[in-house]
Amino acid sequence: MSGPSFWGQAYEIGLKDLRVEGRTGEVLNITIPFGAVALLLIPLAIGTDRPLIASIGPGMFWVVTLLFGMLVTFRQSATESSANREMMVLLGVDPAAQFAGRVVASVLLLLVFEGVLAPATIILYNPDPVEGWAILILVLLLMAVGLALIGTLASGITAGLRSRNTLAPLLVAPLALPLLVGASQTYEALAQKSSILTPILLLLAVVLGLAVVGVLTARFLEEASR
Amino acid sequence: MQLHGVAVRYGRVPVLKGVELAVPSGEAAGIVGPNGSGKSTLLRVLATLLRPTEGSVAVFGTEMGEATAFAIRRRIALIGHQPALYPQLTLRENLAFVARLSGHTDERVDEMLDVVGLGGAKHRRAEQSSHGMQRRVEFARVILTRPDLLLLDEAHAGLDREAGQLVDAVVENVRSRGGAAVFVSHELDRMLPLVQSTYELTGGIVIAGSSS
Repeated sequence: MSGPSFWGQAYEIGLKDLRVEGRTGEVLNITIPFGAVALLLIPLAIGTDRPLIASIGPGMFWVVTLLFGMLVTFRQSATESSANREMMVLLGVDPAAQFAGRVVASVLLLLVFEGVLAPATIILYNPDPVEGWAILILVLLLMAVGLALIGTLASGITAGLRSRNTLAPLLVAPLALPLLVGASQTYEALAQKSSILTPILLLLAVVLGLAVVGVLTARFLEEASR
Repeated sequence: MQLHGVAVRYGRVPVLKGVELAVPSGEAAGIVGPNGSGKSTLLRVLATLLRPTEGSVAVFGTEMGEATAFAIRRRIALIGHQPALYPQLTLRENLAFVARLSGHTDERVDEMLDVVGLGGAKHRRAEQSSHGMQRRVEFARVILTRPDLLLLDEAHAGLDREAGQLVDAVVENVRSRGGAAVFVSHELDRMLPLVQSTYELTGGIVIAGSSS
């Protein structure tokens, strides 16, 4: 009996990941509160310099999103035991479909994460208002997709390694740097009413590049993890 | 299924050395041996999950390469030491996940869970279920996906008599359809009635083989 199509497989993998998250509540009950606490502590540490707090607010949001967002994607992959990975191989599931399914699930979780932390940042930091909310929403989406791609890719590279918990963050940092630069420069450009084309193109190029690399290397990484 | 001169090394450590083994269609073979003798590694080679360092493996009459392995994997089922289940999902959700990925409907899932005696416990999470119940889900997976080659690693371990009979029934089901099964076990007495040939593995070498 033939199985589902590529996107059918990706859908099943993504649905399973979200169902597991629904049971464990890792993102909702652990990562989001910790991210919010991190955002809260920074202005407390800085003191009463309101203009400074307002100016660093957006940057803090991107940094917290990047660091805690990584935890979201890593936790997703931690649910896969070697027995489960081998079962997927024997079921003939396309590794690229697994990659796609995990990325989509992580993107949805990261959007929830950003959806809670963005209002928290506005309340805590009171940043200067900028025009172009639609652009900012696009940046939030690209950041979520980029982080999901990086996290899933790093999880794939380190799957089956004993040192995966140490190695994965070291892989993520350089890969996530262009995302951080692209997101913060877009905000900066909106604040200064200058062109956003370059940072948006940077974000798009990073996301596209990561997606291509992730899909093309999925089978190789799956084999290497066995 | 045929192995010829199969050797596997992890780095410089040899795990299997020159293994010769053949299991014809419609038969079951048992592999016995002490801990660390390479039994589980041998099963992973047969499952196409591990490429041998030397030698050749032919499954369903096809010489194993990466392209051929991908094509035949759907016809192989492996029940390993650790149950291949997601602890946070219910027993039914675990089986339904496999069913949908292999092109089966949800109705078949409930049917299979009834067959393995889990109809009343299907909404229990895997992490809250006993080892025996988790194993039963794996047997349901085998019945559902109808593999032509069934590989079992210590399948009887930790199972009560009733669940043990389920193992026997699953193996018979595969054999009766013209498939083959390979057991790895310490419990020779539970394995012997089910197999047509046995192999003894010590230090990665098949030191004895017998057919009944």
